[in-house]
Amino acid sequence: MLNNRDIVINVKNLTKKFGDFIANDNLNFEVYKGEIFGFLGANGAGKTTAMKIICGLSLPTSGELTVAGYNIYKQQDKIKANIGYMSQKFSLYEDLTVFENIRFYAGIYGLSLKIILRRADDLIKKLGMENMRNTLVRSLPLGWRQKLAFSIAIIHKPQIVFLDEPTGGVDPITRRQFWDLIYDAANEGITVFVTTHYMDEAEYCDRVSIMVEGRIEALGSPQELKSQFDVQDMNSVFIKLARG
Amino acid sequence: MVKIENLSKSYENGQIHALKNINLNIERGELFGLIGPDGAGKTSLFRILTSLLIPDSGNALILNYNTIKDYKEIRKITGYMPGRFSLYQDLSVEENLEFFASVFGTTIKENYYLIEDIYKQIEPFKKRLAGKLSGGMKQKLALSCALIHKPEILILDEPTTGVDAVSRKEFWEMLLKLKKQNITILVSTPYMDEAILCDRIALIKNGEILTVETPQNIINQFDKKIYNVKSQSMYKLMKDLRGFEHTHSTFLFGQFVHFIPNKIDFNTEYLEKYLLDNNHSDIFIKEIMPSIEDCFMELDQAKSD
Amino acid sequence: MNRFRAFVKKEFYHIFRDKRTMLILFGMPIMQILLFGFVITTEIKNIKIAIWDKSKDEVTQRITNKILGSSFFKLVKTIENEAEIEQAFKKGEIKEVLIFESNFSKKFNSNKSADIQIITDASDPNVANLIVNYTTAILYSFTAFENANIKMPMQIITESTMLYNAELKSVFMFVPGTMAMILMLVSAMITSIAITREKELGTMEILLVSPLKVSQIIIGKVAPYVLLSLINVLTIIFLAVTVFEMPIVGSFMLLFAVSTLFIFMALSLGILISTVTSDQQTAMMISLIALMLPTILLSGFIFPIENMPEILQWITKIIPPKYFISAIKDIMLKGSDFQHIWKDVTVLAGMTVFLLLVSIKKFKIRLE
Repeated sequence: MLNNRDIVINVKNLTKKFGDFIANDNLNFEVYKGEIFGFLGANGAGKTTAMKIICGLSLPTSGELTVAGYNIYKQQDKIKANIGYMSQKFSLYEDLTVFENIRFYAGIYGLSLKIILRRADDLIKKLGMENMRNTLVRSLPLGWRQKLAFSIAIIHKPQIVFLDEPTGGVDPITRRQFWDLIYDAANEGITVFVTTHYMDEAEYCDRVSIMVEGRIEALGSPQELKSQFDVQDMNSVFIKLARG
Repeated sequence: MVKIENLSKSYENGQIHALKNINLNIERGELFGLIGPDGAGKTSLFRILTSLLIPDSGNALILNYNTIKDYKEIRKITGYMPGRFSLYQDLSVEENLEFFASVFGTTIKENYYLIEDIYKQIEPFKKRLAGKLSGGMKQKLALSCALIHKPEILILDEPTTGVDAVSRKEFWEMLLKLKKQNITILVSTPYMDEAILCDRIALIKNGEILTVETPQNIINQFDKKIYNVKSQSMYKLMKDLRGFEHTHSTFLFGQFVHFIPNKIDFNTEYLEKYLLDNNHSDIFIKEIMPSIEDCFMELDQAKSD
Repeated sequence: MNRFRAFVKKEFYHIFRDKRTMLILFGMPIMQILLFGFVITTEIKNIKIAIWDKSKDEVTQRITNKILGSSFFKLVKTIENEAEIEQAFKKGEIKEVLIFESNFSKKFNSNKSADIQIITDASDPNVANLIVNYTTAILYSFTAFENANIKMPMQIITESTMLYNAELKSVFMFVPGTMAMILMLVSAMITSIAITREKELGTMEILLVSPLKVSQIIIGKVAPYVLLSLINVLTIIFLAVTVFEMPIVGSFMLLFAVSTLFIFMALSLGILISTVTSDQQTAMMISLIALMLPTILLSGFIFPIENMPEILQWITKIIPPKYFISAIKDIMLKGSDFQHIWKDVTVLAGMTVFLLLVSIKKFKIRLE
């Protein structure tokens, strides 16, 4: 499935300490263009810390990191312009309409009004939200909001999109519709970096890394990991790893 | 133990219907699961049961105590763990437990046997502030606090949401142990895979109950065939299956696609040929038993059609 | 009882473990009283004035000496014509000019009236107001003293003492005002925040689901703040007396009792605010806008009520701190006993009972 081996995220010896506490202990991995990369780990394993660093929200204590070809120390602004971000908690302004949200976020990334209007139309059509264009986001069901938030996170066609537990609490059908969107984005060449607690979703990723206590303990395709740990599904891989 | 009759609840002057005419009976000693996505009405139902909300219409009884009239009795016999972590983050583990024990007019010592299994795991950290605990440990503390007054019924609102797979597994192991102490447990969850661990479950969506049954019966009642399908490209497989004339529904399911044909006498050779014609390789097709999640999606679709 | 103890203990843990709360509870009162005290007393001790004495006779000299001798005023300039006045004000050299009319002593002695014109820099109206009050107070005491030389001395001396008291009243006006403000802050604002915090964190849900009664939750939540507020009252009085040498003329016990009443009033307000809000931020906004601003602006603390437009004067009648300030001002400075302040106390007590009833009634035993 991966015919392109361009590296879009390159992490080398990345370490982050808070005082004596080592949140990320010498992480090393690469993420390829157009790949869906699952970033898993138990609560408190250091996922969020690492993700914040890779998004350019905080700096590592030591180590090298390039994202979308830019250096984390010198070019954080460039990184931010080339990534999209969506999380379960933060996504959209509830007191703005669907269209106003699209326009606002597209505006942040400096798209021209003409492009914004065109992409907004495309996006609304793709999600089948034509009759909700002027609906306040507050009155949309959660599933719709999440789909909308994801589409907005990639409206500026970023190289990489970061998704932090995007499907938490969403009903099973909508969850799968959400993954359809993720597949579509990956198919268009957008790299997807996603965290989730649903282990079946880990199976949808091209490659998965599992963090345990600040270190990456496993990295590979779901198939590779399952045969490596000699189990049937990703849930068992995860439990085997995290329980030691 | 719990009797819910024609219960309805709406918010914002009837604009949002959180619960629509819910009927439910829960037996003593049952581990009962309320399974459904966010916004299904799980929290509203639990808040009515714990006497925190008043329903628009209908009745809810716990041990024949009415949740509106007899709220004082209700509050004595229920242990409640709300959806968010609701302990004092600036108190230590021990201080939290002591506080909740004395609020219910008891002591840690008195009911220690009940929480021993759970509390033992966090006891080494009893001087640590609750806010500094990991997700799994917070949960164990919250459960200990909800149990400390030896409630007749334990109501747990999404205790495993946002918690990693390992902690979730441990949490369910604890619940199964508690069940043996003859405590009635009512638990809600958005994770379908947890449903199988309950004695009976109610599948709920948009304020309506889709079905109430034992997990096994729900699976047995699934009246369609279901197949695991796989090929070299899952993305293309999904797209192609949706265009297949015999498709009733098709969903991603872990490493497979679950394919449900629109007729019961479906022949898999037909599907294989279709996929081969569409340039798939490494094709794998196998009939399987449906999971609770399959059943939920099927019921959900049937409802909205 | 055991429940109550556990509740209060828990509440104290919250307070002692939160640096910000600690700072507001104990740092703020001390800081405010010192700040107000020093600002006001230094303003008053070093008022720079100029004098334009058109008569330059014996009486004007005596008055000048009396004024400068008070240690509140400092002569920095003598003025000879109108143009100099404006210049001096514009340069900011002086805050006040006293102008004695010509033939002052003659007019004064012939027992008609003699005019002294007082011009102040009113760019800060409060300070200007204070300066005028001071000057007139000294002038009154001068005339009283002069008259005394002629007629019944004993009687007039008493009168001059009263005037001296009146003068002190404005110097130490900031003590009752600051006290009202701090008690509002600690009792009303912090309490409303402490209760809404439990709502925000979701712990209120658990408390409601427990067998605790509403009154138990409220009292448990509020009791520590009663204690802390009383400590604050003592701190403020202690600082006022030791650092600023403020005399407390009246009964200390009465002062303490009225303060306690006010604390209960403020706590009921705090509870009331917490019943209509669900998050800390709103509680804080409401407390600041609905409580702190009126306490500062409309209670007579900074702006004299008599000078307000009539509508505002009416509004001040429903502002509780007005009655508190008025009552403790009288106790501290005039030495009034209960008979003199019973009106203020009754209004305050009425308000307290009303607010307490409303807030207990409104405090929900459920989530909606």
